[in-house]
Amino acid sequence: MRVELTVNGETRVLEVEPRMSLLDCLRERLLLTGAHAGCEHGVCGACTVLIDGVPTRSCLMFAVQADGYAITTIEGLTPGPGELSPIQDAFCETHGMQCGYCTPAMILTAHALLASNPTPTRAQIVDAISANICRCTGYAQIVEAIALAAERMSGLNQPGRRP
Amino acid sequence: MLAAGDETRIIAGGQTLVPLMAMRLARPKRLIDIARLSDLAFVRHERDAIAIGATTRQCLLERDALVRADVPLLAKVMPFVGHAAIRARGTIGGSLANADPAAEIPLVAVTLGATMLYREDAANVEIAAADFFLGPMMTTLPAAGCLTAVRFPLWGGARIGVGFHEIGARPGDFAFAAAAAQIALNADGVCQRLALGIGAVAARPLRPDTVAKALEGTRVEARVVQEAVRAALADIDLFSDLHASAEYRRRAAECLAVRAITDAHQSAEAARAS
Repeated sequence: MRVELTVNGETRVLEVEPRMSLLDCLRERLLLTGAHAGCEHGVCGACTVLIDGVPTRSCLMFAVQADGYAITTIEGLTPGPGELSPIQDAFCETHGMQCGYCTPAMILTAHALLASNPTPTRAQIVDAISANICRCTGYAQIVEAIALAAERMSGLNQPGRRP
Repeated sequence: MLAAGDETRIIAGGQTLVPLMAMRLARPKRLIDIARLSDLAFVRHERDAIAIGATTRQCLLERDALVRADVPLLAKVMPFVGHAAIRARGTIGGSLANADPAAEIPLVAVTLGATMLYREDAANVEIAAADFFLGPMMTTLPAAGCLTAVRFPLWGGARIGVGFHEIGARPGDFAFAAAAAQIALNADGVCQRLALGIGAVAARPLRPDTVAKALEGTRVEARVVQEAVRAALADIDLFSDLHASAEYRRRAAECLAVRAITDAHQSAEAARAS
């Protein structure tokens, strides 16, 4: 089946099997391997991508169902080659990862949270990432990373702008 | 295509069906995707009810003003349906048609006595929620039927309160037990009407009407609530599995039902005061 996928701002026309999940399509056909296959039944959240800016399980969606939506993967968040987004930077700084398997999904989820709520409370951060399982960190540094990114992105930790 | 056999299934959000397919519990040959049928995505007044189209996504219901005002129990329950990432794609019709025993939306439908509307060939059929759910993942929806909408009856009067509680391993996971309650009080604070539903403990959502009978016409005293709930659950066979035994589920369901009724009563009282 012919499908037109807009991934990270670029429109790609593909011929895919109707049964192919969006996750498999992103990884195998478009070679965007940042979305990870974890449980493949919607529980772990490792495959999260943004569909029109909203975190969605790419393992629970068929590629043909994604036709026409704006899809954002972790590869689409960097401002340029070799650069990191403020959220990615914050994850590095607070060491908000260990094995890295859940990290792309965590960062995309954080990205969607901060886009709709630039100054989330700790409880809101925890709620936002509650659908993403991390088996390494215990979540503390991930929450810290998102709080730090929020602070930076809203300009609160710039010199002379401290409240 | 649907009428041709049971190997064709309807898909909308896919948040229940696709996990079942991943685990090979469902093996459809063909899927018919109705997710983009915009005619089936709506929330509107219809006679004495709020009708919600089958493909209305759960994330939209979560913030819908009409739902919040007129089906407050559904509004209360929506944040408990999976996680935000599930509600982004999941639809109300999908949750009802797939009939997971632990799902919150079927529980609300049974509690409030909602009506399911489905289309089979050219015929539009209506069926009460209480008759719709048969067991785990089983409903009376025929193989060639497509759920089109659900209608939640409006309760008259401003003094309405709702309550909902559930328990599971983690928020957003499948519940081990859940309870939903809605109460209408009259001007004197006497309970005019009560609906209680208990979910995730048996093959389909339960609505123990003996509890409503015991409490309607009273001031909803804690002792009476406790006794009515205990009596209603005493003789029912409950699920038992690795996560929660039947006895645990009975205790949890009792406790959650009492809390749901208490919350509903308190919020109805608060509505009265304002």
